Amino acid sequence: MERFTVHTGRGVPLRRSNVDTDQIIPAVYLKRVTRTGFADGLFAAWRQDPAFVLNQPQYAGADILIAGPDFGTGSSREHAVWALQDYGFKAVLSPRFGDIFRNNALKGGLLAVVLPEAEVERLWAHVEADPTTPITVDLVEREVRYGEVRLPFDIDDYTRWRLMEGLDDIGLTLRHLDDIEAFERRRPSWKPTTVAG
Amino acid sequence: MGETETAVRGRAGVGRTMADKIWEEHVVRRADGEPDLLYIDLHLVHEVTSPQAFDGLRLNGRRVRRPDLTLATEDHNVPTVGIDQPIADPVSRTQVETLRRNCAEFGIRLHPMGDRNQGIVHVIGPQLGLTQPGMTIVCGDSHTSTHGAFGALAFGIGTSEVEHVLATQTLPQYKPKMMAVTVNGTLPPGVTSKDIILALIAKIGTGGGQGHIIEYRGEAIASLSMEARMTICNMSIEAGARAGMIAPDDTTFAYLEGRPHAPSGRAWEQALDYWRSLPSDPDAVFDEEVFLDAGSLSPYVTWGTNPGQGAPLDGVVPDPSTFSDPIERAAAERALQYMDLQPGTPLRAIRVDTVFIGSCTNGRIEDLRAAASILRGRKVADGVRVLVVPGSMAVKEQAEAEGLDEIFRAAGAEWRSAGCSMCLGMNPDQLAPGQRSASTSNRNFEGRQGKGGRTHLVSPLVAAATAVTGHLSAPSDLT
Repeated sequence: MERFTVHTGRGVPLRRSNVDTDQIIPAVYLKRVTRTGFADGLFAAWRQDPAFVLNQPQYAGADILIAGPDFGTGSSREHAVWALQDYGFKAVLSPRFGDIFRNNALKGGLLAVVLPEAEVERLWAHVEADPTTPITVDLVEREVRYGEVRLPFDIDDYTRWRLMEGLDDIGLTLRHLDDIEAFERRRPSWKPTTVAG
Repeated sequence: MGETETAVRGRAGVGRTMADKIWEEHVVRRADGEPDLLYIDLHLVHEVTSPQAFDGLRLNGRRVRRPDLTLATEDHNVPTVGIDQPIADPVSRTQVETLRRNCAEFGIRLHPMGDRNQGIVHVIGPQLGLTQPGMTIVCGDSHTSTHGAFGALAFGIGTSEVEHVLATQTLPQYKPKMMAVTVNGTLPPGVTSKDIILALIAKIGTGGGQGHIIEYRGEAIASLSMEARMTICNMSIEAGARAGMIAPDDTTFAYLEGRPHAPSGRAWEQALDYWRSLPSDPDAVFDEEVFLDAGSLSPYVTWGTNPGQGAPLDGVVPDPSTFSDPIERAAAERALQYMDLQPGTPLRAIRVDTVFIGSCTNGRIEDLRAAASILRGRKVADGVRVLVVPGSMAVKEQAEAEGLDEIFRAAGAEWRSAGCSMCLGMNPDQLAPGQRSASTSNRNFEGRQGKGGRTHLVSPLVAAATAVTGHLSAPSDLT
């Protein structure tokens, strides 16, 4: 995973709430067995509308998605994160995320940042008025900055450290193999196994 | 994170919730400033969210730590007719074949298409007796919350986490907050657990449970069968929650006893002792509490494009201009445009061309019995296509033993083999653009059942009544 520390880019105002992962990437794209190449599926149905925000030339190349509340609800498909990343997004800002989406994003290095709804509205208006506005997502300082505005955000220390170091979760857990083995030794024997009986 | 309220809540001496108890039982490692490392008792795997995880294992030279705690099935991509033939869509076929290769390579038990125990992952776990109280259960599928009906801590995960569980049988997790949803009173006739959960989501919204585990309780919940409890827990994710749970009781134990993977003999007694210790303590503290009165509920249907956009069938399509919240108003306007509905239209006046009865929400034997009780001796309305899709091959077998398939066929419905079917557009069962369904599934998102398709979520009883009249209806509307 790539390290994430500070990223400065331009924003895409996605003025929609309840953007479920079926909209981020429709099920038909989930049949692939690879981890990359999902950019064409990103918002596939909505992108057919020429007026859709991603089709507007002033937002071409912008890589910070600014979404309404309840972004990434629904299906657990991590393909939603892969599609956003393949398209070029580095961060998503929203007042509220679906839990599984946010987990998936933070596992894969796509920074999902929770901002107050009023601030998201303000940022939408600002970016729509001036799409060239540079926006900085600073994981080190835990804040989003644009113009004179500084918006602190919460992220737990552990996830922040892991993202800043670009560390693989599995590798970290396997350092504690002794603990896993000890747990397995004291696990009740009547717990079921999937071995055909 | 520092000393949180949830950490305090989990301490001995303070009343603990069921989720607290199960969580504490599964902590492999706890360290300051880190998520708890939780042991996973059962990992369910399907073809869609696993291929990249197995690739990750190969890339890093890792093995599956506990194939004996892992079970795989084919469900999302499989066709529900002609299952003795190879899958026609080459991309779907490749995904299913990839799962077969991965399971063979890593030594994982797989129930492939056509197998007697094949079915939707959340239907087969309980049916095999693998889903038991007090367990931690994960799957790369958001509807893993279904298994919480047994008093298990069960939640959906992404593919990176699937790989993590395959490699380590653990997951680093922060403990979510707890929400109690208390449903008191008695459900009126014709009102089901599907209506409870649709009413709850309409009340608290699709983000209402975000960051929480919901525990459903109260007399209306305790009186439900296991199948009905699974329907409620299944849609916890549609309320935004990580998981949904119901305390295990005699209904739970009776369902489990004698199932292939349930403990037996002395082990059964040991298990029972543990299971009986699981329900939340009387003085357990929840972060949030919501109350519903079962007696005031009626059949619910959705009118919009998220599961929170629902209303009693007796109502009308709402007028977005009356919504005070600007974001909800905009969402409702968009939804009505997509759904091609006018404000003020009675919900009963909405005509459908498709009815889908099935899915991990409502594809179990009881759901099929409920639908059959309405369709017995009746005919499907002209121009309406009705798909009845059992959640598993075992459900299919049981339904056929009870003659339900004959009832469905005689009414003019199609009787299919097991799979996710029309719940999501990954297999041949899909809506065409502009088609409208009454569906017992869980999501009415834009395009969920096929590009351009329009979905109204309903209970099996409402689905069956709608099949007969051709417009959204309750059984009480039938003569």
